[in-house]
Amino acid sequence: MGAKQMNISRREFLKTSAMAGGGLIIGFTLPGATRLAQGAGKEARMSAYLRIAPNNDITVVCGLSEMGQGVHTAIPMLVAEELDADWSRVRVEQAGVDQAFANPIFGMQATGGSTSVRGHWEPMRKAGATARAMLIAAAAETWKADAADCRTERGVVIHKSGRKLSYGQLAEKAAQLNPPADVKLKDPSQFTLLGKSGTRRLDSAAKSTGRAKFGMDVYLPGMLTAVIAYPPVPGGKVASVNDAKAKAVPGVRQVLQIPSGVAVLADGYWAAKLGRDALEIQWDHGANASLSSEGISKTLSAGAAAGGAVGRNEGDAKAATPAKKIEAEYEAPYLSHSCMEPLNCTAWVREGEVEIWAGTQSQGPAQGILAQVAGVVPGKVKVNTMYLGGGFGRRFAPDPIIGATVLSKIAGKPVKLVYSREDDTRGYFYRPASVTRMTGGVDESGRATLFTASVASPSIMEGSHFMKLPPDGVDEFGVEGIRDCPYDIPNLHIEYSRQEPGGLQVWFWRSVGHSQNSFFLESFIDELAHAAGKDPYEFRRSLLGKQPRCRGALELAAEKAGWGKPLPAGVHRGIAVVFSFGSWCAQVAEVSVGPDGTPKVHRVVAAVDCGMTVNPDIVRRQIESAVVYGLTAALYGKITFKDGRVEQSNFHDYRMLRMSEMPKVEVHIVQSKEAPGGIGEPGTPPIAPAVANAIFAATGKRIRKLPLLG
Amino acid sequence: MVSLVVNGKTRKVDAAPDTPLLWVLRDSLHLTGTKFGCGIALCGACTVHLDGQPVRSCSTPVSAAAGKKITTVEAIGATPAGKAVQAAWIRHDVPQCGYCQSGQIMSASALLAKNRAPTDADIDEAMSGNVCRCGTYNQIRAAIKDAAANVKGA
Repeated sequence: MGAKQMNISRREFLKTSAMAGGGLIIGFTLPGATRLAQGAGKEARMSAYLRIAPNNDITVVCGLSEMGQGVHTAIPMLVAEELDADWSRVRVEQAGVDQAFANPIFGMQATGGSTSVRGHWEPMRKAGATARAMLIAAAAETWKADAADCRTERGVVIHKSGRKLSYGQLAEKAAQLNPPADVKLKDPSQFTLLGKSGTRRLDSAAKSTGRAKFGMDVYLPGMLTAVIAYPPVPGGKVASVNDAKAKAVPGVRQVLQIPSGVAVLADGYWAAKLGRDALEIQWDHGANASLSSEGISKTLSAGAAAGGAVGRNEGDAKAATPAKKIEAEYEAPYLSHSCMEPLNCTAWVREGEVEIWAGTQSQGPAQGILAQVAGVVPGKVKVNTMYLGGGFGRRFAPDPIIGATVLSKIAGKPVKLVYSREDDTRGYFYRPASVTRMTGGVDESGRATLFTASVASPSIMEGSHFMKLPPDGVDEFGVEGIRDCPYDIPNLHIEYSRQEPGGLQVWFWRSVGHSQNSFFLESFIDELAHAAGKDPYEFRRSLLGKQPRCRGALELAAEKAGWGKPLPAGVHRGIAVVFSFGSWCAQVAEVSVGPDGTPKVHRVVAAVDCGMTVNPDIVRRQIESAVVYGLTAALYGKITFKDGRVEQSNFHDYRMLRMSEMPKVEVHIVQSKEAPGGIGEPGTPPIAPAVANAIFAATGKRIRKLPLLG
Repeated sequence: MVSLVVNGKTRKVDAAPDTPLLWVLRDSLHLTGTKFGCGIALCGACTVHLDGQPVRSCSTPVSAAAGKKITTVEAIGATPAGKAVQAAWIRHDVPQCGYCQSGQIMSASALLAKNRAPTDADIDEAMSGNVCRCGTYNQIRAAIKDAAANVKGA
């Protein structure tokens, strides 16, 4: 985020009030909320807040969704650092939906794009610093002392005389004071929490005892559970339905035909599922009845061969005459997110209002969408955000919340819509498939002089329904990770061809376009290094003279992995480096290949430069998590079509990495004073090319199509 | 009516005998710690103990649980192994999204109840039926080893 988003006046930023029972509430405005309010021509609401209670509890109200990435720990840490809070007294509370919680980067209340820390780094610290200044002022007034003679430490204001008052003792008085016009934030050298290891997650206990409540865990009085029979072919419709047998299943209450299919509403999931199994539906399969993965590949390949809109052009790729030239076509499949918690939402449409309970990444958009669905004003849509059993982008999509709301409106009762695992796997919103054709060349000395890429894939921007393909015709998610090729290559040309085979709904999947484009680029760069007769690490390094942070991450990973040093017999290394979401991540994978061609990943050494960190323990875990997510997809992930139907359904044919396959993962963080980068996604893109490059080193076989086993 | 002994209490529920135990625990008894992940015993999120043995409740008919002691994550902390496992999980900050962790904890508790010094191979065998989409496997392994050193009592 840039400085302009922070350019709001102090008066707009702050509001204080007293808590019932004598505490301090500091309300503040996030920059994204100001933007929204300006757009709507009214004053920004100020209800993003923190509370300091007389018993010294500090509660940070967080508008962001916790899906494992640790945001419910990181956001309170930002406040606690500047507040000099006692971390053991810091609590987090999930906010409802309110424009006051708009994500400063998105301008709407939503969690994704690895934006949370980047967007809240400054405003949350400012809120903490403001509270601290007011508590000091309250203490100084109590003691009739000079505020300059007071300091703070772990939730206590201390006067130079040695007198002390806790924040809880001072909260009521502080609430009567005017907030300061300006506050000074700490220099990073003064941080005691931020960037230091050892601050524990706030959600571990709830999640280790079964107490944490996910969307699936919502039970309301009178609630019905719904499952939907969806068209087996995308774009299909119900031709006729006989629901007599379904209605005869004990516990089934209603069968409803809705735009997305035929819903069975019952007293619980099992009755609803049995009811659905008993439905007799004739489907009109529509235009996609013969959709196949072979056909999709052909369409994408033809698109990549024909080329499209120009996304980047430097030098003169057509006129370049490299000493050695190579060309290759790469392909990546559709992928399902497959969160551990199958998609679900509980909705209750009442007279003039809607309330939902969901693990959602997009409360702000949900409010607008559900207002339309239910025919109420947006302010009458209440969103209760539950813990998310995985998000990965999938829970940004509105399909479960729309489905539940439609059903509750018709049924007149609270309805929990549940996706079975099969519904979830076959529920579209996939990472788009892509075919990319690349050419590259090196001169006599082995230096790269030419790189071109022609990408063909569906458009996430158009599929999102909240973005449009820009006038240049290049989908930013279609080319990210390849258009921003960091290597210093004089003749460089990138094209994008939008192809929509089957008109399939595509979506954001952890690391989005980088997830496939980094595989293409970082594998092809390896090919180019091989063509040049160079070491793949040195080859990359020599092209990164103008990219010191990229080179730094690459060098750190290589050093920690012992690049060039001997390995046990049969184990080989591959390397890759990727910039995404404001951070650089390089990975070295150590892989052996069995006699049957099955790769085993023994160790992954990652180096990440994400600027300043909030919680380095969580940073390491997020990189490790992202490695597993990317490795699972690289090894096994593919959604394929035959006769218009998705062939995969559950974890036997859409496989997950398991404990016995888990490599050792080491994560090294580049010490940095740069602004924070994202961390939820940047670990995913490098792993597929790092492993594929290691397989090439082991076997001489270049892998140009994912997944590796399939 | 089916009579069940869940976490030490006798509960009567109105469910057909072939209803999976998972849905009786969740939809009838609102014991939501036990999770629905796949429905066909492939992910382990629904793991509970029947007479101390780990089973996938999504694929166990409620009739098969009648007359046995059912233990869920809500009560596993009352066993020496479960207590040590949960403490280690918290100490290691194992959970990320947390959705699979009830099942992981139930599988790990069953392992430690019979094996106080599990090897990596033992852990692989006991835990490979539990999927974690957040990739917390290395933390799970470390927490199990830590818990093994801290199991107290019988």
